[in-house]
Order: sequence, then C-alpha cells, then structure tokens
Amino acid sequence: MKALRVDPIACDGRGLCAELVPERIALDEWGFPIVDPSPLTPSLERHAERAVAACPMLALRLHWLDPKEGQTGRRPRRR
Amino acid sequence: MNARLLAGVATRITPTFDHHLALHGPLESRDDLIDELERAGLRGRGGAAFPTGAKLRAVAQTGGRPVVVANAVEGEPVSGKDRALLRVAPHLVLDGAVAASRVLGARDALVAIADRTGRERAIVEAAIAQRGRHDGRVKLRTAAVQHRFVAGEETALVRALGGRDAKPSLKPPYPFERGLDGAPTLVANAETLAHLALIARFGAAWFRSAGMAESPGTALATVGGAVAQPGVHEIELGTTLDRVLEQAGGATEQVQAILVGGYFGRWVSPANGRELRLTPDVLGAGAIVVLPAGVCAVAECARVLAYLADESAGQCGPCVHGLRAIADTMSAPGASDRRRRLEQLVGLVDGRGACRHPDGAAGFLRSALHVFAADFAAHAKRGRCNGRNVSVLPLPPRQRR
Repeated sequence: MKALRVDPIACDGRGLCAELVPERIALDEWGFPIVDPSPLTPSLERHAERAVAACPMLALRLHWLDPKEGQTGRRPRRR
Repeated sequence: MNARLLAGVATRITPTFDHHLALHGPLESRDDLIDELERAGLRGRGGAAFPTGAKLRAVAQTGGRPVVVANAVEGEPVSGKDRALLRVAPHLVLDGAVAASRVLGARDALVAIADRTGRERAIVEAAIAQRGRHDGRVKLRTAAVQHRFVAGEETALVRALGGRDAKPSLKPPYPFERGLDGAPTLVANAETLAHLALIARFGAAWFRSAGMAESPGTALATVGGAVAQPGVHEIELGTTLDRVLEQAGGATEQVQAILVGGYFGRWVSPANGRELRLTPDVLGAGAIVVLPAGVCAVAECARVLAYLADESAGQCGPCVHGLRAIADTMSAPGASDRRRRLEQLVGLVDGRGACRHPDGAAGFLRSALHVFAADFAAHAKRGRCNGRNVSVLPLPPRQRR
C-alpha cells in the first residue's frame, strides 16, 4: 500500500494537490496542505500520482507504507 | 547518589588531563562498546532521548568511514548543562568522542560549539592540546556554528558544519545515513558522550546502579527560576521533580508552576511535581524552570512563543505562519475567543514541519493552556490577571521583549 506525504521544506503552498486529491489533502488557512497519511485505495492512487506529477515544487511524494514492499520505500518520520 | 559526570569537580576549575586520568582512569578500547551501550540502556541527553547504542549501530551498519560529532551547541536558552560540562570535564566529552570513533572506525571527531560560546571552545581546544590532537587514528577538533535555537537539531548541525546555513533538512536521510560531507555521521549530545566514556570504562552494570530500570543512570539538569541554588545539577534519572527541586536548594517562593524540558517541554503544576518522575523523555535537554506565584504566566508564555516564532528556520509554511499566528494571538489583549483560537493553532502546527520545532512550541502552548487555564480565563474576561509582568524565563538578549 502507498500513502501521500509532503516535504514541508519544498512545499510553498500552491495548492494544486488539494484540488487533485481532495479525499486526502486539505489546505490550512495559509494555503499549505494537510495530508492524510492513511493508505490509498487503488483508484485514489491514480489521482495521487497525478497530483505528485503536477506539484510545481516536487514537494508531494508517494511512498510505500511498508518499506520492504518497494525499492523506493522510506521509513515514516520518527516522532 | 554519587556524582558521576560532576565527580571530583571543583566549581569553575577545569581539570588537566592528568587530573582527569587520576579521577577516572585510562580509557581502554573495547570492541563490544555498542553491545555494552545497549545493555546500559543509555539514551541521548540532547532532547530526543534516542537510544545511544542503536544510534551507533545504525552508523556502523551504513558502511563507509564515519564521522563523530559531539553536539554542544545547546541552542535552548534555558539550558546551560553542556557548556558547564565542557568547562568542568572537557576530557570526559573528548573521551566519549574518542571511544565512539574507535568503535566506529571514525578518524575525525569534532566538538560543535555555538559561536557565542568562545570560552568553552577555548577550554576544549586547550584540553585537546593537553592530550594531543591525535588519539591513535582519531583526530580531534572543535567547530563553531551559528548560535540559534534550531542549530543544535542534528540535520541543521550537519549542514552548519558543512559551511551552510544552520537549518534543518527533511529526514530521511538521517545523518547516520548521509551526514557531514556525505559520510555516515554520529551526532551525539556532549553529555551523552560523557556517559558513554564512563560506560566504556566501568560497564553497563555500573551505569545501571544509578537511576531506575527503565531510565538508568544520571543526567545533568539546568535548574533555574525561583530556587535557592540555580545552576547545573547532576540528578538520578527516575527521581521525582520535587526531589530535584530539593537538590537545587528548594523553592525560594511559593511555586506557581514548573517548566520541565525547556521551551520544547511542558508546564507542570506543583501538585503534579510530587509525582512526576524525570525520565529522559520528560527531561528533554534537562532544563527546568520554577515560576513563582504572582508572576503573569500568560505574559511569560507570550514572550517565549514570540521567541520560538522568531527562531523558526523559516522553511516550512505551517511553522512560519503558525508560530507567528500563535505569537500574535498570545500578545493580543485578552480577546474572549483567544483560547479556542490557540487550541486550533496548536493543531495546525503540531507535526507539520521538517523538524520538531513546531511540535515543541505546540507542546509548550498546550501544557500552558492546561496549567494556566485560570489565568487565560482571567485575561479573556478582564484583559489581565493579578500577576506581575516580569521575566523569569530566560531569553537571549536580542530577543528579549
């Protein structure tokens, strides 16, 4: 399963992602994305891929939730 | 409890290398140091309380020639323990850097100090000169980085040491994967390395003979505010907050609340202080401030939150805008919906930066809203409370407002 994540340093709040995947991304009052990190269904994943490609700052990422599943898998941020 | 890091330390006198060796004995190499650290259960003393053995193992498993960084940047205004440690026991920190470098195969070990801290850097340089710059294959040096709150964050520190701005970067990659000049880098707090130096000498069982099973050992705490003996104290982990305040000579005035863990920490009411056990997670970087009764807590928190907003690295939108909005709301004269707005803003900044700066500010504010609920209510109703507006919480001069 894959999920969405934003690089908050790269992101400058253009907001395209929230239009393309409103099911998973909302914008805060300053226009920065609030990303739901839960797994994407196959149909949502297609929209998510489009949003990743559309981000002008390349700040939106799709990642494997289980790193062993994919080569590009990365661990979630430690809290 | 017998002092460990501060053992045999006469205040304000930096011991020579000979004194240090007479006090602690020589540092022998040990190949099983990482196992021993894991058995000891040492956790980092810089704020994140990450298991030190696991950190070294991660560096060792990355492959390539690692670099060791002793982090003594200490950007937290409430904390002074790493600088104090460098003044009274620089060789213990250097021993820790050397022991870690030996087991990891690192050839470069550096002590990172904030550029404002010229005195400590001179002391460490003198200590390096006494023992010799080269310890076997390990070369020791010091490095100064820009003094700012986030400069001690590990990715910011690695960038600053590489000659760039002291600003955090997104993790992963962690410094243990790709750090200074791309090398796997162990970034460990200066105090953590001093404990490591003692574990390398005396072992895990000795380390565990102080503290509690889940949080073994001792820790340095910087205790400030209304206590009889403010300053750096070595405490046994797992003791209650009350015991630590006693160790600092006890409160000099009636206590309103206690800030535990510095500006990324949380406020504790005096009643809860009797129960609260100080584990590495709770202690953070070890800074404790006693706020006396009669001081306006809302004004105090407003000053700190304005400082934290100024100290945002300015990279992540939610941190830049959110901390500014929090600071503005805090300093606005008692709007009646202020509390609700602050709660909303806490939710909007928490966990939304590349580093934990916004999370730290959110935790500080959340606990303030809880512990000082009556004061916030008084401000909402009357625009003020009965407290005096004086600054107890320390801030660097530039930001004092």
